[in-house]
Amino acid sequence: MPSASTFARLPDGPAEDITILFNGEAVRARSGDTVAAALIAAGHRITRTTPVSGTGRGPYCMMGACFECLVEIDGEPNRQGCMVQVRDGMRIDAMSGARKLAEGNP
Amino acid sequence: MTGRVQLAVIGAGPAGMAAAVEAANCGASVVLIDEQPAPGGQIYRAITSAARPGKAILGDDYENGAKLTDTLAASTVDHWTATTVWQVTPEREIYMTRDGASHRITADAIVIANGATERPMPFPGWTLPGVMTAGAGQILLKTAGLVPQAGLVLAGSGPLLFLIAAQYLRAGGAIEALVETTPRSNYRTALRHLPGALRTPGYLRKGLGLLAELRKHKVRHVKTATRLQAVGDGRLQALRFSRAGRQHEIACTTLMLHIGVVPNVQITRALNLPHDWDALQRCWRPRRDADGATELDGIFLAGDGAGIGGAVVAELEGRIAGLASARALGTLETGKAEARLAAERSRLAQEMAPRPFLDALYAPSPEFLAPPDDTIVCRCEEVTAGQIRSYVGLGCIGPNQTKSFGRSGMGPCQGRLCGLTVSEIIASETARPMAEVGYYRIRPPIKPVTLGELAALHDDQAAAADRSLENAS
Ligand SMILES: Cc1cc2nc3c(=O)[nH]c(=O)nc-3n(C[C@H](O)[C@H](O)[C@H](O)COP(=O)(O)OP(=O)(O)OC[C@H]3O[C@@H](n4cnc5c(N)ncnc54)[C@H](O)[C@@H]3O)c2cc1C
Ligand code: FES
Repeated sequence: MPSASTFARLPDGPAEDITILFNGEAVRARSGDTVAAALIAAGHRITRTTPVSGTGRGPYCMMGACFECLVEIDGEPNRQGCMVQVRDGMRIDAMSGARKLAEGNP
Repeated sequence: MTGRVQLAVIGAGPAGMAAAVEAANCGASVVLIDEQPAPGGQIYRAITSAARPGKAILGDDYENGAKLTDTLAASTVDHWTATTVWQVTPEREIYMTRDGASHRITADAIVIANGATERPMPFPGWTLPGVMTAGAGQILLKTAGLVPQAGLVLAGSGPLLFLIAAQYLRAGGAIEALVETTPRSNYRTALRHLPGALRTPGYLRKGLGLLAELRKHKVRHVKTATRLQAVGDGRLQALRFSRAGRQHEIACTTLMLHIGVVPNVQITRALNLPHDWDALQRCWRPRRDADGATELDGIFLAGDGAGIGGAVVAELEGRIAGLASARALGTLETGKAEARLAAERSRLAQEMAPRPFLDALYAPSPEFLAPPDDTIVCRCEEVTAGQIRSYVGLGCIGPNQTKSFGRSGMGPCQGRLCGLTVSEIIASETARPMAEVGYYRIRPPIKPVTLGELAALHDDQAAAADRSLENAS
């Protein structure tokens, strides 16, 4: 569940113009936002649970280094939410528990 | 896109933009690759976006980035945005992903200018949702215009922490407290380097200006805090710390951490280049000469990815690597190159003058280098500092061995968030120097690639595509 967002947009910036879905719930976002930024703006601070202990995590670095922001985007798992820009109608789901990580990592 | 270019530059921050433009102006064909949607790198992120906050909030240093992006736009450089490099080979092949497909190019020369990441700042509770880096906060501000309105605490040390605080205040944000962890002894050590720093006094003046802004807004500024702990039931609710022997607690919903930046060494490590331990900056530096050349023929380094110097230094190093690679490519005459390189090197020395002072003053507190036992150090696999210490007790003497004891460094971040910490813990437990303890072995791909992306490999040489698919399976 989101708590009320503690972040606000600067008043003179562009308006939130699109809608994405997070765990099935509509979230307003601004074109150009990354998925992680849009979720933080809306007060969603927990975007996955860990494979080992199942505890909640949220975006940490916003620059592609920490992989804490892994989410499922339009059915594709393990996408870095801080590196993908939102699109109107995009479906985002929290990753929970064991990851089926993309090939290639040791 | 062709399969072969003269120069490929990885990273479109100040270093990469400067390298690409210099070489292109010398007549080289240049491709500039970056995973962000627009040029700028970390400092100048979103500089070309109409939606970004203005100069009144982000400041003059940020605004300076527009000069670089303008010269880039006016050049012949072919800029590939939203393109992630996941492998570079010693034969100068670059593998990357764009739009769900893989691409491969071969370059006669490469400049790696992939910048820095924030130094991990592990302490109990730093994995709670609501805790993020100060750089993350700044990215939210630059790219999404997001400003915290309540419940924000900033903690750690270093100029960037003060910068983001000032940027938030100018943007009308609210800060509950800035909790500084700079150890008192750092001031004494730094003092020795003050005369050198005064040769280029701009940095000090800016730092004092930022502190004055905090005072003007009456931000609660705690100094010499120790024993940090983030607490909360499933998400962040408060920061606890000690100061002068007393326990304190500040309620917060967002905690932004910063204790400096360190080179992003994933690509240079995966290339097996030698890395030296920098005892003052407490980080690894890939080895390169004064022109940025590495021991691999045609592969150059520039910017914070090769050693921390900040944005102006990154730009100068980029120019040097751009000129040196143009000379190597034969598009710049050796005599002309020497004269221009000499001029850039002397500016570089001037800009580097304040570094020892800053590095000593903002050296990270030991409690974050080798944190207490109950701290998760490997965030991906949830391995604690205590577990790493117990592996050492069982005879584990190097970071690669810890992987077989308890999977640290084997998650998706490939040790980016625990590599330094695990080595520091082993070094302190075994009383050996970092240079001897070493670092994780990093294997490509340095970013996860799906089989689908590999299958769609665009390449002008079919044989190479077959080979990489074989490797992936
Ligand atoms: C989050 C953060 C915020 C910062 N903010 C400031 C600030 O406000 N002021 C300041 O003075 N300094 C800041 N710094 C310090 C910064 O390191 C330097 O000021 C400067 O940006 C360094 O320039 P650079 O060109 O070396 O690297 P960067 O500016 O970091 O540029 C590197 C570029 O490489 C790209 N890249 C990295 N890996 C890959 C890959 N595998 N594939 C494709 N592209 C890749 C990145 O997307 C990035 O654009 C910040 C650092 C960080 C980490
Ligand atoms: S928030 Fe760190 S990788 Fe996305």
